[in-house]
Amino acid sequence: MSKQMTGAEMIVEALKDQGVDTVFGYPGGAVLPIYDAIFQQNHVRHILVRQEGGAAHAAEGYARSTGKVGVLLVTSGPGATNAVTGLTDALMDSIPLVCITGQVPTHLIGSDAFQECDTVGITRHCTKHNYLVRNIEDLPRVLHEAFYVAASGRPGPVVIDMPKDVQFATGAYEKPEIASHKTYKPRVKGDAGRVAEAVAMMAVAKKPIFYTGGGIINSGPKASELIRELVALTGFPITSTLMGLGAYPASGANWLGMLGMHGTYEANHAMHDCDLMICVGARFDDRITGRLDAFAPFSKKIHIDIDPSSINKNVRVDLAIVGDCGNVLTDMIAQWKAAKAAVDKTALAQWWKQIETWRARKSLAYRPSKTKIKPQHAIQRLYEATRGKDCYITTEVGQHQMWAAQYFHFDEPNRWMTSGGLGTMGYGLPAAIGAQMAHPDALVIDIAGDASILMNIQELSTAKQYRAPVKVFILNNQYMGMVRQWQELLHGGRYAESYTDSLPDFVKLAEAYGARGIRCSDPKDLDRAIKEMIDHPGLVIFDCVVEAEENCFPMIPSGKAHNDMLLAELGDDAGLDLGGVIDEKGKMLV
Amino acid sequence: MNAPVTAPLPPSPYSSALGKSNSERHTLSALVDNEPGVLARVVGLFSGRGYNIESLTVAEVAHGEHLSRITIVTSGPPEAIEQITHQLERIVPVHKVTDLTVQKRSIERELAMVKVRGKGDNRMEALRLAEAFRAKTIDATIESFIFELTGAPEKIDDFVELMRPVGLVEFSRTGIAAITRGAEGM
Ligand SMILES: Cc1ncc(C[n+]2csc(CCOP(=O)(O)OP(=O)(O)O)c2C)c(N)n1
Repeated sequence: MSKQMTGAEMIVEALKDQGVDTVFGYPGGAVLPIYDAIFQQNHVRHILVRQEGGAAHAAEGYARSTGKVGVLLVTSGPGATNAVTGLTDALMDSIPLVCITGQVPTHLIGSDAFQECDTVGITRHCTKHNYLVRNIEDLPRVLHEAFYVAASGRPGPVVIDMPKDVQFATGAYEKPEIASHKTYKPRVKGDAGRVAEAVAMMAVAKKPIFYTGGGIINSGPKASELIRELVALTGFPITSTLMGLGAYPASGANWLGMLGMHGTYEANHAMHDCDLMICVGARFDDRITGRLDAFAPFSKKIHIDIDPSSINKNVRVDLAIVGDCGNVLTDMIAQWKAAKAAVDKTALAQWWKQIETWRARKSLAYRPSKTKIKPQHAIQRLYEATRGKDCYITTEVGQHQMWAAQYFHFDEPNRWMTSGGLGTMGYGLPAAIGAQMAHPDALVIDIAGDASILMNIQELSTAKQYRAPVKVFILNNQYMGMVRQWQELLHGGRYAESYTDSLPDFVKLAEAYGARGIRCSDPKDLDRAIKEMIDHPGLVIFDCVVEAEENCFPMIPSGKAHNDMLLAELGDDAGLDLGGVIDEKGKMLV
Repeated sequence: MNAPVTAPLPPSPYSSALGKSNSERHTLSALVDNEPGVLARVVGLFSGRGYNIESLTVAEVAHGEHLSRITIVTSGPPEAIEQITHQLERIVPVHKVTDLTVQKRSIERELAMVKVRGKGDNRMEALRLAEAFRAKTIDATIESFIFELTGAPEKIDDFVELMRPVGLVEFSRTGIAAITRGAEGM
């Protein structure tokens, strides 16, 4: 049953039909008809951000914490270009977004009209797909197809560019059933023969390891249950990328901690020495592999991924299974059970013994302080204080992000939102607002750095307006800490522009935004102050003044192998010349 | 535990160990939905990811269904070619990508128009060469010819080189169209 309506009304109708309850956006001339349509209904709630970049990250936080598609609405020209960073972020981290952008009327396209930009041209490189809707007849299909493309296969951002005349035009709307696409056909079911091969390889492995990533989270909560079951069935150790934290519980017996550049000693050494690597929904990113020609040199590799282009991209694998992680894990468990497969118990016990020796290095140990708050300690105390609470964590980008990944432990998926692929400072606060909108009663904390938080600080106003009781927990080291650390390692300690001079008084800043400001610089006060933050029912900025020049360890210096890690005690005690740990080739890398 | 137990795998397309020595030339054929921007997506993919384009042709092949066929000649090590193929397949309006070079049984053709200026002996020589290459004369003045030549790209290269000393002015090539032999479609 089709109904006549305007393009603007169709957009709202389609959002409703897609089950969208929240849209993040910012108005402007080229989207006024859509805002008018939103104004006249009660199904879709609009959250007014303070900059379009905030809308994109908020939609990401919403999407990542719910598993649903995040939606943003921005005007033409600067509205669209402001959203570009968030779109790119979502593309890199495979977050499903639909971004509706206003556009000048079709007859003005190409004339350099006021607030015109080539939105589909600009966003072609940072979206999974994009559309310019020139005819009202195409709109119902495009709207629903956009959601399908964003959410299916490897998820990603989709832009719908809406010329203003098409928003005013009238046409017939009917919800089209889009269960498949003419050309876009993601492969979700893994090949059964290959799954059988994988099972056979797992049964004879002596030093196996699961290496999991964001793909498990994207597949949905079921995939996280399945990986837990498979780990329990096999007894294999498991590690994860930054993006995959929470799929397997950090409290689980087989957990090795995160791997990669700032991963644990045991996770990285196990990766290096394994004889079978089972990669589930991860993409062999350079933060993970370290030096490629020394990456897991003794191993056979199985790679499960929904995106065929991820296979053999950075690392050649022995067995590729293209499919959705959840589907493939289901089949794997079924085949494992059907084949009555058993692991090599003796070898595995030996392997665990070896792993325990690596674990005994306590790579996350740091030198405590009675006078200054160690950033690692702050995260640990924050974690302890939130245990048992319904808690969501977002981060900005830098040392604090890595410390959060290392010392905050996640036992469930969709609880951890961070900008992994793009590494976007300014992600955390809007993402926290997005997550809070989806989970109004949960405790949502943005673990931030003093530099990053200023990149989207204006969103405090959004949080205030919608009574989002987000907690911004700033590890304030008065540096762009991660930049400073690299300058120490690579550039002889010449801290060019990485001191964050003229920081605002964060407590007063909080008050200016109508939030509670808390400052803590004494380790003895820390627990009490954290409790005050959590107990406060509203928006809080917590200025946690920490040891300024603390480095984030362990670390695989760029260009080095997994078993060539820098540990904290090394850096501190030996007075090691950190400038020498990265060779010339490594310096070229980022 | 010193030597790797598995045979070393070939390098990845982006690994630093990548040498140019094992570079191969491949012809890829992509069937795409002929929607606005589809060519920009394909070209943008090549520039964005640093792949080569040696030749690119595009034309609609089924008007009713709005299908176009894009033929791309690219070069790179085998693992890069594999990456390119998968990356192309990821583009939403791409139906199918076939590596015609892997299929081996494919034919490539190109059309060129070659303008030659000259008088006297050079003019005669140009005509003789054109005949030998079965090129058609499609335009003539008292001091110039334009020849039309169809053939494998190497044949066109040869023709153009031969025309240089006899008075080559300019030439325009279509780029490569390619198709597999036999009864089957792509
Ligand atoms: C938008 C953006 N610009 C620049 C960078 C490069 N960068 C990475 S970490 C970092 C410093 C972050 O400092 P801060 O937020 O204080 O966190 P810390 O490292 O001190 O914990 C910078 C500038 C980035 N990741 N994102």
